[in-house]
Amino acid sequence: MSVEHLLAAVVVLALIVFIGWWFLGKHEQQAQSAKQTAQKQAAIIKVHGGYSPSTVVLKQGVPAEVKFEMHDQTACLSHVVFEQLGIDEDLTKQAVTTVKIPTNEKKTFNFACGMGMFHGKVVVK
Amino acid sequence: MKKLTMGQRFWLTLIFSLPLIWQMLTMPFGWHYSGQEWVALASTTIIMLISARPYWSSAWAAFKLHKANMNTLVAVSTTVTYFYSLFAVLTGIAEYFESAALVTLFVLLGDYLSERMSNRANDAVKKLLSLQAAMAEVWRDGKYQNLPIEQVRQGDRVRVPAGAKVPVDGKILTGETEIDESLVTGESVPVAKQPGDQVIGATMNTTGLIEVEVTQTGQDTTLAQIGEMMRKAQTSHAPIESLVDRIAGIFVPAVLILALLTFAIWFVLLGASFTQAMLFGVSVIVIACPCALGLATPTALMVGMGRSARSGVLIKNGEVLEKAVELQQIAFDKTGTLTKGQPELTDLIGERKTVLAVAAAVEQKVTHPLAQAVITAAQKEKIAIPAAEHSQVLAGKGTAAEIDGQLYSVGNRRLLPTAAVNSTWTQQAEELAAEGKTVSYVLQGKKIIGLLAFKDLPKKNAKRALADLRRQDLRVAMITGDSHRAAASIASQLGIKQVIADVLPAKKVAAVKTLQQHGSTAFVGDGINDAPALAQADVGIAMGSGTDIAISSSDIVLTSSDLLGVPKAIALARKIFRRIKLNLFWAFIYNLIGIPIAAGLFAKVGLMLSPELAALAMAFSSVSVVTSALLLNYSKLRL
Repeated sequence: MSVEHLLAAVVVLALIVFIGWWFLGKHEQQAQSAKQTAQKQAAIIKVHGGYSPSTVVLKQGVPAEVKFEMHDQTACLSHVVFEQLGIDEDLTKQAVTTVKIPTNEKKTFNFACGMGMFHGKVVVK
Repeated sequence: MKKLTMGQRFWLTLIFSLPLIWQMLTMPFGWHYSGQEWVALASTTIIMLISARPYWSSAWAAFKLHKANMNTLVAVSTTVTYFYSLFAVLTGIAEYFESAALVTLFVLLGDYLSERMSNRANDAVKKLLSLQAAMAEVWRDGKYQNLPIEQVRQGDRVRVPAGAKVPVDGKILTGETEIDESLVTGESVPVAKQPGDQVIGATMNTTGLIEVEVTQTGQDTTLAQIGEMMRKAQTSHAPIESLVDRIAGIFVPAVLILALLTFAIWFVLLGASFTQAMLFGVSVIVIACPCALGLATPTALMVGMGRSARSGVLIKNGEVLEKAVELQQIAFDKTGTLTKGQPELTDLIGERKTVLAVAAAVEQKVTHPLAQAVITAAQKEKIAIPAAEHSQVLAGKGTAAEIDGQLYSVGNRRLLPTAAVNSTWTQQAEELAAEGKTVSYVLQGKKIIGLLAFKDLPKKNAKRALADLRRQDLRVAMITGDSHRAAASIASQLGIKQVIADVLPAKKVAAVKTLQQHGSTAFVGDGINDAPALAQADVGIAMGSGTDIAISSSDIVLTSSDLLGVPKAIALARKIFRRIKLNLFWAFIYNLIGIPIAAGLFAKVGLMLSPELAALAMAFSSVSVVTSALLLNYSKLRL
């Protein structure tokens, strides 16, 4: 085995280990609470290669909006779907898309991209 | 820089790809012009800047979130080939710019086409809601005024001339007409309407002028509710999809690892050149893009639900589809579902005028079909109906009320005090029941004063609907609160072998449970008393004339009361689910076959995929999955 073959094998091995650790290992993301004003609350989710934050927390009983800020230009994240609410919004039509979330009961609403590859949730506490 | 749309980016990329395509096509003939690698470098660089960059940026953002997706695959494959080619052109070895450019082109093509098609699939709901009339002639300040539909309130009086759309849901006050309700019910024959009848917003008034009292507006109209139900159904997941979701999370990293292994095996173990090994690795990444997988379910769901709604079948969510496939039995509520639900009074034993007057008075406020038949008969014979007080429903038995301080009751055999059983009355009732009639007893206090016998006829399409269901390999059963004999008469007319009769409303659930021991069971019903059974059944089907509660506890709602909707609904649900499975199968197969070919497993026999061919195959797979979903609109139903 030549030096360059050996080098290639080591690099490939290192990359495989890195991919496994980076993508499949545990990396918890912090949930974010919505900003409160007296009569309403709003949370902003940036859409770029995923949802950040992917979990937002809302307070029960205060009218709430989740705003999706679109920074991604690929088809992958073009739609956001709230299955439980029957909402399927096209995010590419405007820079910020507002989704109203009912907060009358404690509940978790899951959302995902149109193909179900990216997930996030809105928790009403 | 102004943001380009997907379409604009695709066309620009195509234009800049032309020199590269030319080079690819002429290479086999050995045509080569000097400096062609510099042309390739220039046009590919432009393509990378215009079209590949959004994928890079999205993939990088995803990477920082520890996520990998299809954009990651596109980004890795294009960066590897582009920067390798850049290095190659500077050091004077063979470049592969066309791979980077064409992968981008075909990925964009796939995105562009599937976006356009899913927009089309999504149109169904919008189209439905756009059918609502925009204006209405409303009675305000002593005259009819043309007002926007938003200003119409509950209780308003609106006028609908012949040839106009009914603007909102309401009840006819004056006028007779025929209304084309095909939009909501799928039935093409216009329905005759007279004062007191319900009309539905957005249906077409064909022949006469009517005045309508508005009962529902805005979000509460039938049309708006159908739209809402469809939206929920279309965004719902089929259970099979959660498997896809689980796979998706580890799919991309696994593909990246696989590509690295492909490279290492070719380069280190099999002694291929660095370039060849790299191309194998990149092909693996490109062919593996799971777009087709992601599109397979949502597009089929969307198109299928849209088609169902247009033919009067509202399927509430994706889960129902899978259950419909597993169904083995279907049970029908008898009265009002299998039969017309408007039985007629055929026999009366006792003092005719008194018995009819008393029975009509007691049942005046009852909506039960037998009660309606009594009232209809009394009205026909012009009998004055006395006033009744303190009327109460005795669940599963009948109704009781006071007339002039005396307690009267009307109901079935369970109403009788033990002493009254086996009298001549009950013998006569037996004889009537033997003819398949339903018998009601009329009691004054605890004494029987009369017998009423009714007969209900099957709905016109009942026989055909049941035959269609049997052809779909379903066993048909009937559940009813009526006596065995009344039920048996209908059952023999319709050829139903399994009859569960004498079922109290509260026991319908138990009857469904019993059936479920022999296999997955659907229940078809319409009344309030059917709601628990509809919820208990694996698939609950509410008929269009049904009450709100029946509709909310069911899985499938038929907007018409035509029984042929039932076999149609099940056939449609099964069809959509099979199409989802077919779509997923094709999407998986593409990857399953494509990955080994791309990895060079069959290189010995000359079967190989260059990165650009892999990209074309990948784009084609997305498009074929979406096409297959759209074909659901046109495929024939096997009934």
